[in-house]
Amino acid sequence: MDNVMIKMDNVTYKYQNAEDENIAALKNISLNIERGEFVAILGHNGSGKSTLAKLLNALLLPTEGRVHVNNMDTLDEKRVWDIRQTAGMVFQNPDNQLVATIVEEDVAFGPENQGVAPKEISERVDEALNIVGMKEYRKHAPHLLSGGQKQRIAIAGVLAMRPECIILDEPTAMLDPSGRREVMSTIKRLNKEENKTIILITHYMDEAVEADRVIIISEGEIALKGSPRQVFSQVEKVLSLGLDVPQVTELAYKLRKEGIDIKSDVLTVEELVMLL
Amino acid sequence: MTIKIENLTYIYSPDSPFEVKALDNINLSIEDGEFIGLIGHTGSGKSTLIQHLNGLLKSTSGRIFIDDVDITKKEVKLKDIRQKVGLVFQYPEHQLFEETVLKDVSFGPKNLGLSDDETFQRAKEAVELVGIDFELIKDRSPFELSGGQRRRVAIAGVLAMKPKILILDEPTAGLDPKGRDDILGQIQNLYNSNDMTIILVSHSMEDIARLVNRIVVMHKGTIAMQDTPREVFKRAEDLEKIGLAIPQITYFMKELKSRVQNIRDDVLTVDEAKEEIIKFLRRHKNA
Repeated sequence: MDNVMIKMDNVTYKYQNAEDENIAALKNISLNIERGEFVAILGHNGSGKSTLAKLLNALLLPTEGRVHVNNMDTLDEKRVWDIRQTAGMVFQNPDNQLVATIVEEDVAFGPENQGVAPKEISERVDEALNIVGMKEYRKHAPHLLSGGQKQRIAIAGVLAMRPECIILDEPTAMLDPSGRREVMSTIKRLNKEENKTIILITHYMDEAVEADRVIIISEGEIALKGSPRQVFSQVEKVLSLGLDVPQVTELAYKLRKEGIDIKSDVLTVEELVMLL
Repeated sequence: MTIKIENLTYIYSPDSPFEVKALDNINLSIEDGEFIGLIGHTGSGKSTLIQHLNGLLKSTSGRIFIDDVDITKKEVKLKDIRQKVGLVFQYPEHQLFEETVLKDVSFGPKNLGLSDDETFQRAKEAVELVGIDFELIKDRSPFELSGGQRRRVAIAGVLAMKPKILILDEPTAGLDPKGRDDILGQIQNLYNSNDMTIILVSHSMEDIARLVNRIVVMHKGTIAMQDTPREVFKRAEDLEKIGLAIPQITYFMKELKSRVQNIRDDVLTVDEAKEEIIKFLRRHKNA
């Protein structure tokens, strides 16, 4: 088994706008994501990052080029369900993703549709709820849970399909600070303990810092990529792409500009405290 | 325009098994020209509270005065309240419905019974207030605009009513950093130049810290704290207990203070932190 989970080769995606013009949302993107990697994708609204996410589980198909998920070509219609089972997706609004009135039924929805045997469904539901730390809510009604809890149930629903890769499209955008903390620690656990490949699309720079690799998309192209340290140390470039750097990185950058000798690639509170 | 809330309680589905006390005896005064940040975890009662302020919800008990008019009274005309108190919902762009930007933004003033000229003027002003070129956009469909532009057009629709009090429920949710800064910059401009009272609901402690004069913290349907950002964000542990946080930069300065002496930790912005550290380093050098 080779080590590549996602392979994009010269992928272009075009759509037609209201005036029948062909617009390229993504232009000639080539990208490999390895098994077990945690990749954050950043980019301003309309940059093409959600289009990219949808290409990864065959919700969209490339106009040109090829997307392979675990060696399966997304253009191969016979493999669509295998691909979606391999690469599960979590969206921004938890309320739009929950389908049942009891948590365990909601989590069971995916495997039920896959035709998994009832006994195994029950085991998978247990396991998934355990991983997201929501076991004690098994019999609760999802609509009465907090935003962070609902989003963890949505993640459990994806986990119950046993995907190897999970794509999350701004999963914390609608959450309060504690909800964000819950979801981020769940995502990190999925990556570190469950060895899931994680692709996290976010507008929060402090979340991107947690990833192994950051990719910034701008105007349908990859504008910047590298470790969080490599990417966020280029403060001016990141700002020019309409994005932010973490507050601590911004502080280090501004202190450097004042002539204070400090490394410009600090990312966390802990690191900057150590430097001062 | 002042807001005075007295003993406000609101119960969802009273006398049913689903009864929930969403607001529990709230007392709050907001003065003319204040910029209030309303924070609290999901379900703390923020949205229920703001929906009372323009009469979308009727209190179970208690009273609300907008400029000394009790809006909980039956004879109060809701139209009058909504003209004074503009409410921008979460994801307001989902409420755009007209064929053109002009028609959409004109909808409110038109319903106030204003003349066509006056309506047009107001739409133009409102669109310009949110930083969009009116001529360029007025005849376009709101649905072909970018997400950030759609949201600004939706906010313009509320501004066209010329409210004295503007309430925004998470106006930057789902926007990228630039879109977020654009909208917040425009809200700040509105506040500075239009003699408005603003209530901003947000989950971003960083945004709240740099924008508002006073923070109202809600928890379980009650007001848990209310004070200046500087005072509120000194209480990191209390805030964390109720599902909130302090800005990343404030966390940083707290951490720094625990390791070194003679440094202030009650900073709210990156620039304040920079100044404080420079001062600290100078003192250090001289000592």
